[in-house]
Amino acid sequence: MAVDGSTDLRQTPLHALHVALGAKMVPFAGYEMPVQYPTGIITEHLHTRAKAGLFDVSHMGQVSLHGATSAMLETLVPGDIAGLADGRMRYSLLLNDEGGIIDDLMALRVGDGLQLVVNAATKDGDVTHLRARLGGKADVELHDDRALLALQGPEAAAVLSRVAGPGVTTMPFLSCAQVGELFITRSGYTGEDGFEISVTAGRAVELAERLLAEPEVLPIGLGARDTLRLEAGLCLYGHDIDETTTPVAAGLAWTIGKRRREQGGFPGADRILKELADPPARRRIGIRPDGRAPAREGSAIVDPQGNLIGEVTSGGFAPSLGAPIAMGYVARRYSDPGTELAVVVRDVARPARVAPMPFVPTRYYRAP
Amino acid sequence: MPTLRFTKDHEWIRQDGETAVIGITDYAQQQLGDIVYVELPEPGSRVEAGKETAVVESAKAASEVYAPVSGEVVAVNAAISDDPAKVNADPMGEGWFLTVKLDDPSALDGLMDEAAYEKFVAEQG
Repeated sequence: MAVDGSTDLRQTPLHALHVALGAKMVPFAGYEMPVQYPTGIITEHLHTRAKAGLFDVSHMGQVSLHGATSAMLETLVPGDIAGLADGRMRYSLLLNDEGGIIDDLMALRVGDGLQLVVNAATKDGDVTHLRARLGGKADVELHDDRALLALQGPEAAAVLSRVAGPGVTTMPFLSCAQVGELFITRSGYTGEDGFEISVTAGRAVELAERLLAEPEVLPIGLGARDTLRLEAGLCLYGHDIDETTTPVAAGLAWTIGKRRREQGGFPGADRILKELADPPARRRIGIRPDGRAPAREGSAIVDPQGNLIGEVTSGGFAPSLGAPIAMGYVARRYSDPGTELAVVVRDVARPARVAPMPFVPTRYYRAP
Repeated sequence: MPTLRFTKDHEWIRQDGETAVIGITDYAQQQLGDIVYVELPEPGSRVEAGKETAVVESAKAASEVYAPVSGEVVAVNAAISDDPAKVNADPMGEGWFLTVKLDDPSALDGLMDEAAYEKFVAEQG
């Protein structure tokens, strides 16, 4: 089924399955993707928090850095890659030379090799950047022949153990393991326990159907993926972070390892290390509007007197809270939780407060 | 016998004498998906035909609701402000938006009847 302008959109290996499930397909990052299924965004969201949801994230970039050492990757990201043990992964940031964020990513240590999982909209640019910076020393391979499925929610481990064996239930948070033909990480983008499962494109439908056959599992579209990550306080690249934001302004300084702070050696280190000591003018915050009106991306943030102090970068209705939430950037002196401000929606300044993030407590797996 | 008419913007209007009730159609609520917020005009305010009179927000985006006719707002449905999901559940009943006193009781003449609206929706594909 073609929608307007979809002729040059790419499809994931699960495209026909989404259509058969009745998904509403929309263009996203160059792909035709399911934004919601007939159950609707709110049901999909709440189901993921209560049981388990299956997401097609095959549009994301799965990258192998053949021959790259941790020292090489550390010239491009501020994370502690050398400290990454075999079978472990870490959230990090690809930075430009000014310390702006080119992309956010997961870096994985698998045996002797390093792998990355990067955003769909940025993956081609990331590969170009990685090849330019690592060229000659490492071979950068984008695995377009693989699908990626996310299984998220408190029942995800129980469900996946029926497919991949009981070993998955005790995988540490942010670890990875090869189980038969599946490459499994305990990670996700919802704030819940869960897994991302990489599989060859040819076996993706079979795996998705196997997981959807489990009684706890519903298919979940991009709409609920966005509300889930927003409640969890997680950034959406291109909206909450981009090349004009640094890790410090974005509240992501925690991704800069202790050793990296001492030694530097990552792009924009001079600026970023200076910002760690002397915080930049603006800062990413969470926002809870007092009323019910959602404040969407682009809404102005004003102080109680109506002076412009910032802008919303992501916002909407939080199904788990039954209330609107948002994130955005404000002048630093307005960034303490509880600070009163207002969001301008349809020309009306509506009272709101700075809120701590995550908005909904995260429930990542912790080993007993 | 009330007169029921529809607009190309997917509002319905049900006239009974000098007043009419306005809401959004079942097609509109299906297209929007889960409705999470409704903003209604103040009773006593004026609405103008073809102009924005209310806002409805789904989980994904905000959309305007246009007044099919001109008149004065005599009542709004506070129940959908408190529970916007009522618009999804019963768009032409409990999910009504507002009641207006019509400037011109013949103002509905140019709008689509139910059969014409169903044909219009079918053509939207």
